[in-house]
Amino acid sequence: MADIVKVGMADLKVCKAPDGLTTLGLGSCVGVAVRDPSTKVGGLAHVMLPDSTTISQNGNKMKFADTGIQLLVEEMIKLGANKSRLVAKIAGGAQMFAMQNKSDLVQVGKRNVDACKKKLAELKIPILAEDTGNNYGRTVIYYPETGDFVIKAVGKNERTI
Amino acid sequence: MSEMNLEQMTETYYDVLKEIGNIGAGNATTALASMLQCKVDMKVPQVRLLDFKDVGSEIGGEEQIVVGVYLAVEGDITGSIMFLLPVDAARHLVEKLMGMQMSGDTFGEMEISAIKEIGNIITGAYLNSLSMMTNLKILPSIPSLSIDMAGAILSVPAIEFGTMGDNILMIETQFTDDMEMNGYFILVPDIESYEKILSSLGIG
Repeated sequence: MADIVKVGMADLKVCKAPDGLTTLGLGSCVGVAVRDPSTKVGGLAHVMLPDSTTISQNGNKMKFADTGIQLLVEEMIKLGANKSRLVAKIAGGAQMFAMQNKSDLVQVGKRNVDACKKKLAELKIPILAEDTGNNYGRTVIYYPETGDFVIKAVGKNERTI
Repeated sequence: MSEMNLEQMTETYYDVLKEIGNIGAGNATTALASMLQCKVDMKVPQVRLLDFKDVGSEIGGEEQIVVGVYLAVEGDITGSIMFLLPVDAARHLVEKLMGMQMSGDTFGEMEISAIKEIGNIITGAYLNSLSMMTNLKILPSIPSLSIDMAGAILSVPAIEFGTMGDNILMIETQFTDDMEMNGYFILVPDIESYEKILSSLGIG
């Protein structure tokens, strides 16, 4: 029986197929799903903020796009993934509230997505698919076996990217 | 940038928040009662410091549908505040306010503006009590509303707290008219504003 491992906010987990990974209610955070299609090792990070270098309270590496994705890849390699084979899918980064005149923090969804893309590019991990932006929350489930990334949102049809 | 972080500040800030929560919830209850023209009771608010991972389960699971009213705050302090209500409680309040049953499950334009108004009154009551206690000028923006999964809505204040630490501070208030409703109030002053609040209360 395969398990679905839950990933919390500012958290990351890795697993091997047939197990899967899920994170519930992504808002402006970004779910970064990575797998090695050959060894079927997968990982999911729930990234909260774009950049660890601009914040002094940066002890929790899993919270940031730059350090979180780095750590995710390291954990996957420990579990048998080969870095050169890794591929990614991302979801989330919504703008939950329509604030007109506000600071950077309100745009944090988009900044999170951009930061995740930048880090993945730096690690030479291609992004095969994404479902980002908009103004609604997403629950995601990732299956390293197939690479299916299932996305659920309130009042919308479930889709797989 | 200050060297203080949320956990260090927490003990004093806890007490302050509790007091603000108490007075604010009292004011909010009075305002709600006069708006709904019925008796509304409240319990003593609970102030909680939660790990990010526990935030969702605190209010009934990350996927629980909630109504979030979010306002930016300007003036002597800057930051944001959020008021959260489970969707059934929101529906109950809207129906009471408008004096009729909602036709379907979805909130129409009228219902949404009613919810915004309720959010405005409740957050206004909290901000007023904070402003009165601290003598700081606090100006809320127009409210913005979202109905979605709790995790997604809470990501917004969580991210703001995330720049300061790994916890989120939440005030839970239970209102009762003929239904028990849990409302959650989250105040996120930016880090300089924390210090302003504390020092204006003589404990900075």
